[in-house]
Amino acid sequence: MTATAGSGPIPVDPPRATNTGHLHGRPFPAAARVALGDSQLRRNIGKATHTIRDKRAIVVDELADWRELRAAGAAIKDATMARLDTYLEQLEEQVTAAGGVVHWAADADEANRIVIDLCRRAEATDVVKVKSMATQEIRLNEALADAGISAWETDLAELIVQLGHDMPSHILVPAIHRNRAEIREIFNREMGKVGRPAPSGLSDEPAALAEAARVHLRQRFLSTDVAISGANFAVAETGTVMVVESEGNGRMCLTLPRTLITVMGIEKLIPTWRDLEVFLQLLPRSSTGERMNPYTTMWTGVTEGDGPQEFHLVLLDNGRTAALADPEGRAALRCIRCSACLNVCPVYERTGGHAYGSIYPGPIGAVLSPLLTGVEDNTSLPFASSLCGACYDVCPVAIDIPSMLVHLRTKVAALPEKARTPERQLMRALAWVMSSPSRWTRSIRSMGLGRFLARNGRFSSMPPPISGWTATRDLPAPPEQSFRDWWAARAPEDGAS
Amino acid sequence: MTDPSSSRERVLARVRSAKATMTEPPIARDYRTAGDHDGADGESLIEVFIDRLIDYRAQVTRVADDDVAGAVSDILGREGARSLVVTLGYPDRWRPMGLDPVVDGLGQDGATLLSTTELDGIDAVVTTCAVAVAETGTIVLDGGPGQGRRAITLLPDLHIVVVRTEQVVPRVPDALPLLNPRRPLTWISGPSATSDIELNRVEGVHGPRRLRAIIVD
Repeated sequence: MTATAGSGPIPVDPPRATNTGHLHGRPFPAAARVALGDSQLRRNIGKATHTIRDKRAIVVDELADWRELRAAGAAIKDATMARLDTYLEQLEEQVTAAGGVVHWAADADEANRIVIDLCRRAEATDVVKVKSMATQEIRLNEALADAGISAWETDLAELIVQLGHDMPSHILVPAIHRNRAEIREIFNREMGKVGRPAPSGLSDEPAALAEAARVHLRQRFLSTDVAISGANFAVAETGTVMVVESEGNGRMCLTLPRTLITVMGIEKLIPTWRDLEVFLQLLPRSSTGERMNPYTTMWTGVTEGDGPQEFHLVLLDNGRTAALADPEGRAALRCIRCSACLNVCPVYERTGGHAYGSIYPGPIGAVLSPLLTGVEDNTSLPFASSLCGACYDVCPVAIDIPSMLVHLRTKVAALPEKARTPERQLMRALAWVMSSPSRWTRSIRSMGLGRFLARNGRFSSMPPPISGWTATRDLPAPPEQSFRDWWAARAPEDGAS
Repeated sequence: MTDPSSSRERVLARVRSAKATMTEPPIARDYRTAGDHDGADGESLIEVFIDRLIDYRAQVTRVADDDVAGAVSDILGREGARSLVVTLGYPDRWRPMGLDPVVDGLGQDGATLLSTTELDGIDAVVTTCAVAVAETGTIVLDGGPGQGRRAITLLPDLHIVVVRTEQVVPRVPDALPLLNPRRPLTWISGPSATSDIELNRVEGVHGPRRLRAIIVD
């Protein structure tokens, strides 16, 4: 927080946080090349994404009014954004009235500082965590570790990732890149180092692995005083916060500790209690392909004699207001993190999540990450897509991801450092040629001469700057006669002119 | 809280400057809202509910009111549960025969609040519920009489829940108006489960691994 005087105009710039956390990595093409070389990874992810997309399709087809629910979901989120300040203040008022404490964090660093202070005040050396994208985004676990506080992930997939010293690769199933044999090996090797070891003779049956996680975490749940969660939704009207989950680790964290700290992006708001009737139908079916996830916990402030007696809600901006200011990009803030778009994406299916370098991978990550960081810090992600549109079709809140990607590509192309790239110069030259019919005809004819240099009708490598293009594709050789020449030379037919 | 340099004011100012270019769209609620039942009658509603519970690996027994106590006893015997917790407001007539439950509650009737360690050592819990949703096979607890605080339905490994048929509503939009958001709510759809390993669904992680529903006519 700065020490500026209180009387001046409120600074609205720069809206983007500089320390955005885990939202960018190395350029996608380089990272994807590594991922594509890992055939085990491709097999694991291909199998998993196909399983879940089939399950989703079945339960979505069960609802005759899916289209209407989807339209309502999109409209509710847009309506929330249009009055977000009012709803945020209303939420703060309701949570406070119910005995909770609301904190505001402009960026990742500030959110981490707030959480660390709260943990220190509770004298916690260990905290249990419910899977949360927001806390992954701000690298909370790393910040807590630097402050001497151990954060224990309790979601099975997050546990696999944490024990494996690994990174999440999917929004819903962070360990989707690991198969059962790899998971058994991680459990056998790592569990004993941080707590109760894996049972001897652990098999790689999913049920046995789940049992091992239960036993490993049980005492942790019963004895830890502070829990940290994210939120799927918060209702402005009532101050109710909600977490959906499957395993019961969420219920453990949200019920047993004395203090609960929830870190929530400001876009997670919905205006009214009634609006949940839409999202409680859209989210589970899109996400896990279930009619309803096994457990949903909803709480409003604190309740005497039931659950945590201290509740802190940290409202996180971290680039969200910058996304909100972009008329073509703001619809990405509708996202309810279901991950249906990852599961249908032909690019994600082949590269997996790590290649995106952001905690938000896949199609939604390719738009959300640059929107949060600014395109200058994420220039390759808008191009990590074939624009096939499958993501838009499955999105339960109708985010037009392909159009948004094109919009972001335009922004990348307009960056000063992109203005002088060979590609831009080539495009500029092409524009000059194409703007005159005679120049165009002449250039097409001259291209025909180049065909003698091609092999088997193709160029598979070309000199720079076209080498970048031919590195991954073949360029067909130009034909002997151009279409224009053929058209001009052909015998006129009746009715043609 | 009006210091303009505070993060609260900075975030709100950014929101206000961004929203100047936005218009609030109308929300068309032309999906099936509360009371839109496609002509489903009471009996088919219960059938759908039972079908969905079983689909998500909850076991279901349907009995008359007089037989609830017996049904609870049967389940406890079958599952080998030797200790049981109930909470204040759980009807005496539905208590199982032969196994005296511990009562968790605040002070009255000799009841006490059990510690988490004590609760963790108890095999089973039997509760009532607030409302149930047929289409999704969901049972909602709101901490009301007979349901208790959230910890008692979380730590024992076997959860038996008694649902009266008139508590079953067709769909999610029918359930929300019946619930009070100020109460802590737990929506339960089948036993604890995970799909984190190769997306294979496995029942039973941290929450009760066995969910048994008794439906009372």
